Amino acid sequence: GRRAYAPPAERKRFYQNVSISQGEGGFEINLDHRKLKTPQAKLFTVPSEALAIAVATEWDSQKDTIKFYTMHLTTLCNTALDNPTQRNKTQLIRAAVKFLETDTVCYRVEEPPALAELQKNEWDPVVAWAEKRYNVTIGSSTSILGPNIPASTKETFVSHLASYNMWALQGIEFVITQLKSLILSMSLIDRHITVEKAVLLSRLEEEYQIRRWGNVEWAHDYDLCELRARTAAGTLFVHLCSESSTVKHKLLQD
Amino acid sequence: MAALGAPLRTLRALLRELRHAAGRSYRDSPAYRHVLAAFRAHRVRAEKLCRAQQELHFQAATYLCLLRSVREHEALHREYHGKGERSAQEVAGLVGFRLPQQPGGKG
Repeated sequence: GRRAYAPPAERKRFYQNVSISQGEGGFEINLDHRKLKTPQAKLFTVPSEALAIAVATEWDSQKDTIKFYTMHLTTLCNTALDNPTQRNKTQLIRAAVKFLETDTVCYRVEEPPALAELQKNEWDPVVAWAEKRYNVTIGSSTSILGPNIPASTKETFVSHLASYNMWALQGIEFVITQLKSLILSMSLIDRHITVEKAVLLSRLEEEYQIRRWGNVEWAHDYDLCELRARTAAGTLFVHLCSESSTVKHKLLQD
Repeated sequence: MAALGAPLRTLRALLRELRHAAGRSYRDSPAYRHVLAAFRAHRVRAEKLCRAQQELHFQAATYLCLLRSVREHEALHREYHGKGERSAQEVAGLVGFRLPQQPGGKG
């Protein structure tokens, strides 16, 4: 189950040196003389050197205790290697595209007018961008059922996502579940907006409510930082697993 | 392409975050060397950027966001989840008690 796959929240740092080595399957992480393994005890191997460096940095930045909840790139690699939910490429793509039916930027309110206006001003441009970039119809809706997404639109996104390898797809699906929007995720992955902007757009209603009613300050910043960290990690992961120098690697031949 | 500002500014901020993460030997860290080498290789400057340079800049800005957000998140976590973890002795002391000393340890 999902809970069985989660590592302990923290544990003492048990290694002095972190290094990277290149094995048959790709780049490996060494904690002193020990090779890092995944939660399912597989050898931790990544197809991209830059990704390995970033993962090594996560491990080397830990001070007295290892804070697994901050090690997002390591977690993403573990998911790609273990595939704990046992989904194949088709299933991953289907899950990603399904999000379009409940895409944050397509669901509009009518009340209050100030929020409706804010959604229109902030979200219309990114929907328009996606429609133009992918040559599809998406639209938006104030209906509780959300917008009616044409089958051809879904097919276009299915086709587009199929061009990504399995590792990158895990990353894309992760970003989509964090932002609760396929459109914002594609906009981010296509480098049309920054992570900060994507997160802001994803949290538009929360930000509006906070400005209206005030907030428990630290709780807001806490959620915001966590969402930014996860979204940034997912985006970086996708790009590092998609680079042509990386794609040649055996690990990504699917 | 997203509006990212000046590439060298992103680079400086990213290197600062890496220094923070790595500690004293930051200059030798693989990440620090890799980032510098990538920027030098692509000669990222303030002028009009070619696509590869823009992609590198976007990647650097994303990595910067990751490092910065993790640091901020951790600081908030420490501040609001870390405190209040007192030992039994401290708690007893708070209300004016002392823990009993049992010969041979706890039963």
